[in-house]
Amino acid sequence: MAEIYDILVVGGGPGGLAAGIYGSRARLKTAILEKGRPGGQAASTMEMENYPGFYKESTGPAIMQEFANHAEHFGTAILKGVAVDVDFTGPVKKVITRSGETHEAHCVILSPGAEPRSLNIKGEGKLRGKGVSYCATCDADFFEELDVMVVGNGDAAIEEAMYLTKFAESVTVIVIHDEGILDCNKASAEKAFKNSKIKWIWSSVLDEIKGDELVESVVIKNIKTNELTEMETNGVFFFVGTVPKTEFLAGKIELTKQGYIATNDLMETNVPGVYGVGDARDKYLRQVVTAAADGAIAAVAAEKYLAEMESFREQVLDAKTPVLLAFWAPQVEESIAAIGVLESVAEKKGGAIGLAKLDTYRNKKTSATYNVEKIPTVILFNRGEIVGRIDGAFTAADVEALIGKI
Amino acid sequence: MIELTKENFDAEVLEAEGLVFVDFWSPKCESCMALLPDVEALAANNGGKAKFCKLDTAGNRRLAIAQKVLGLPTFVFYKDGEKIASFEKDALESGGIEQVQKKLDELA
Ligand SMILES: Cc1cc2nc3c(=O)[nH]c(=O)nc-3n(C[C@H](O)[C@H](O)[C@H](O)COP(=O)(O)OP(=O)(O)OC[C@H]3O[C@@H](n4cnc5c(N)ncnc54)[C@H](O)[C@@H]3O)c2cc1C
Repeated sequence: MAEIYDILVVGGGPGGLAAGIYGSRARLKTAILEKGRPGGQAASTMEMENYPGFYKESTGPAIMQEFANHAEHFGTAILKGVAVDVDFTGPVKKVITRSGETHEAHCVILSPGAEPRSLNIKGEGKLRGKGVSYCATCDADFFEELDVMVVGNGDAAIEEAMYLTKFAESVTVIVIHDEGILDCNKASAEKAFKNSKIKWIWSSVLDEIKGDELVESVVIKNIKTNELTEMETNGVFFFVGTVPKTEFLAGKIELTKQGYIATNDLMETNVPGVYGVGDARDKYLRQVVTAAADGAIAAVAAEKYLAEMESFREQVLDAKTPVLLAFWAPQVEESIAAIGVLESVAEKKGGAIGLAKLDTYRNKKTSATYNVEKIPTVILFNRGEIVGRIDGAFTAADVEALIGKI
Repeated sequence: MIELTKENFDAEVLEAEGLVFVDFWSPKCESCMALLPDVEALAANNGGKAKFCKLDTAGNRRLAIAQKVLGLPTFVFYKDGEKIASFEKDALESGGIEQVQKKLDELA
């Protein structure tokens, strides 16, 4: 456990694997912590035709295997374990696994993805794995020559319904909307309407799933008439969206009300050095291509952050001489004058005092770390410790007085 | 671990005395593949406690359905041919192999 990674990624779906590729290719010490096999949700669908460059006989598991090979090719370590807790309070971040291991890193990229939403319909919980399923690839085989229901009508629901027709005798899709209206993309809708094995029940929701040891029937409710109809079936597949797997992050970073990780365009969370990517992030489109893009952005942002930290450490904290750290901004005239003052003072001291300049707006994290609210501000460091500071404009005499405190 | 088939399932599981563990899996099931190393370790570390078997449901779906298994992965414990405990996908993904070890210790 002596190892401190530059980047530790939590979750080995497409988002995490892309972050691993970019991180390790930038020669950063990068590891991915994954609880199962790499690939995430994308490895659970055979029908994947929209990841750019892959459309001929491409499948989710095959594309994800390539992602994982790619990450390992550049040196990403894939570690097995479930993250159950994190500690982001110190400069070195910690991720704790269920088996009690602690992994340490300077940056953490969170990519825990999402899991299928359950509707908590009567019978749904009891009959999981006994005809109730959330994964067509996993369970379709069982339903050869049998009849199944699909609940949902988004992209995943309609594409998985089509996949199921390769096995099942019939696939009945329960749609909450009026006849002919589906939430999925047009191409999939057209294909599905032409598929003779797919039947449709419109303006309806599932009310109950019945069965002793295995699914035997379902009760369907028409939302216009409130009429209940019982239908025999052997299986029920739910594709009604997903929920982010972020419980272990509650109270550690900012999450939205729905539990998604709040980030900016650089994938930064509210904690410096911690990033959020993929389906677990609050964003517009949750797909493999956007998860991968998020991963790339986060890894590059992390690389810049590490470089900023590194040069700050070298120039300021680990410097042999005392160092004046100036927070300035080219837009703030007063601060340009202040830099002039500091340069002349430093020059007079020969090599005895160092000078480091930080553009306050470009180094928001360091500025925030030192509670810089005025520009200019100067902080004097000696052997990594703060000796004193001046917030706001100053003269050469003020700076001399500050140095006098050493 | 013993590979189960239509031919040997009755003899190895239903007519067997004592504790038998069966991993219902298929190579197409990602969670099953993710769990496989854990299952193999479980079998290796607990040799005397139970007989460890696995059934690839791909060619044996009727057999699985007859055992009321209609989702993967599923782990089942049998005692003297009777099904006495099972773990389905959700439990396995959230609770991992540790709970299966606990159950095994309890039953053995
Ligand atoms: C049925 C279905 C069909 C789909 N079809 C398509 C499609 O055709 N095209 C497309 O572009 N997208 C498709 N998607 C969406 C796509 O799969 C997701 O957008 C994508 O996988 C998100 O990637 P991710 O890396 O954010 O998260 P995920 O893929 O969810 O991966 C997260 C990973 O993190 C791991 N993990 C989670 N929590 C922890 C923890 N605490 N510790 C350790 N590891 C953890 C998980 O095991 C998982 O491997 C589909 C999704 C589904 C469910």
